[in-house]
Amino acid sequence: MWNGDYGFLLSNLVKKDFKVRYRNMSLGILWSLLNPMVTMVALTYVFTKIFPNNEPRFPVFVLCGLVPFNFFSLAWNTGTSSLLENSSLIKRVPVPREIVPIATVLGNSIHLLIQIGLLLTFTLAYGCGVNRYWLWLPLIWGMEILFVCGLALISSAVNVYVRDTRYLVESANTLLFWIVPIFYSSDRVPLEYRELYNLNPVAALVQALRNILLQGIPPPNTLIAKLCASSVFMIVVGFLVFRRLKRGFYDYL
Amino acid sequence: MALIEFEHVSKTFSHTGGAKLLGAHLRERLQPKKKRDVFFALKDVSFRVEPGQSMGVIGGNGAGKSTLLSLVAGLSLPNEGRVSVNGKVAALLQLGSGFHPDLTGRENVRLNASLLGLSRKRTEECFDAIVEFSGIGDFIEEPIRTYSSGMNMRLAFSVAIHVDPDILIIDEVLAVGDQDFQTKCYEKIRGFKRAGKTLLFVSHALQTVSELCDQALWLHHGEAMMLGTPDEVLTAYSSTSVTP
Repeated sequence: MWNGDYGFLLSNLVKKDFKVRYRNMSLGILWSLLNPMVTMVALTYVFTKIFPNNEPRFPVFVLCGLVPFNFFSLAWNTGTSSLLENSSLIKRVPVPREIVPIATVLGNSIHLLIQIGLLLTFTLAYGCGVNRYWLWLPLIWGMEILFVCGLALISSAVNVYVRDTRYLVESANTLLFWIVPIFYSSDRVPLEYRELYNLNPVAALVQALRNILLQGIPPPNTLIAKLCASSVFMIVVGFLVFRRLKRGFYDYL
Repeated sequence: MALIEFEHVSKTFSHTGGAKLLGAHLRERLQPKKKRDVFFALKDVSFRVEPGQSMGVIGGNGAGKSTLLSLVAGLSLPNEGRVSVNGKVAALLQLGSGFHPDLTGRENVRLNASLLGLSRKRTEECFDAIVEFSGIGDFIEEPIRTYSSGMNMRLAFSVAIHVDPDILIIDEVLAVGDQDFQTKCYEKIRGFKRAGKTLLFVSHALQTVSELCDQALWLHHGEAMMLGTPDEVLTAYSSTSVTP
């Protein structure tokens, strides 16, 4: 039916998201940096002064958790409501519907890129040098983006039919803040839960980042394998669920 | 092969607009006996449009005209019957759908062109022609929210006509433009017709329907009252609307 240029459309939609977000902010991308930095300072204060722990270079340690988590929660939240927010598009233009949540998630990736810049700057500033395992970084970040795309395809489609889905996603994100090893090390997770933890791509990503950036060791192969497997699984399921649900979008929007 | 073909097409909507919240979904599951209210936006409508022909759709408010266009554009699916459309469709269903008020005219043209299916290369080639035809001038660098509704429509129409579709769907939007631009649009539409393309046209301007279309469909509460040449349909339609 629609046989246009997917790449061109996707890049235009991502650019739109980005421009609309930053055109109305005088400080522009500084706002992307402010939020993780404030959280980093607060968590560092609490977990070095009030509940002291023995993690060295705690600010970098906590940033390794915050940056993936921030992207995950923001992209998933905005992705979930993307179909409703673009309902005029869905109802008037016969574009492939999948492109709407995916473009929203990718729009957040620009945001993510800025925050990765912040993370790497802090890593270097705290004296952790560049090592060859940095080559893993694009793959593991790519997997996280893939995972969120899959998740957003499902939640955005369900949100068209059941409008409360958005609130469930918000609660899930609050829960994730505690469940993902952001301000604690995954070594402290009891052994019986650890396998389960690694299936969560965000937790796996955090652990891999700490291996690479802080410890200078390669992330375990099993960890990478689980991260890739769960991300690919999620994107495939996402497309399948979306394809079933999109038939009714026009009637429900 | 017909360009557009409807065979006994029906489209229903539920009166509630579909359950929206979790509570409503649960109530619906718990009281399955209660028969759900549905109404027919379209009921058993059949017609075919051959390549090069144009069809006008007339009828009062709520007659199902927009529902019919949404089915042709592939935006929604029929509940019964079969819809087949062979060709590239460009739909002008609402003023600048897909335009974002905070983006400039230039950015919106690129976005809209890609939404309608133009490639990056074609968009660059047509860009000047689109702006030229719209008559927007220097406003093209300003955000769309500063545009009047007429300017908005001119830009939207300009993009749609440059997509070079096989089927152009127009839903009463032309009424917004000023006299000059309307003349220009009809000129373009006639050229489009001469090139052997198909126009699907919803309008209350009966004069325009009889001038532009080869056949007309009169819808009333979702049912096809009459399908025929514009003159006979329009005569029948006018005589009943005067004496209800």
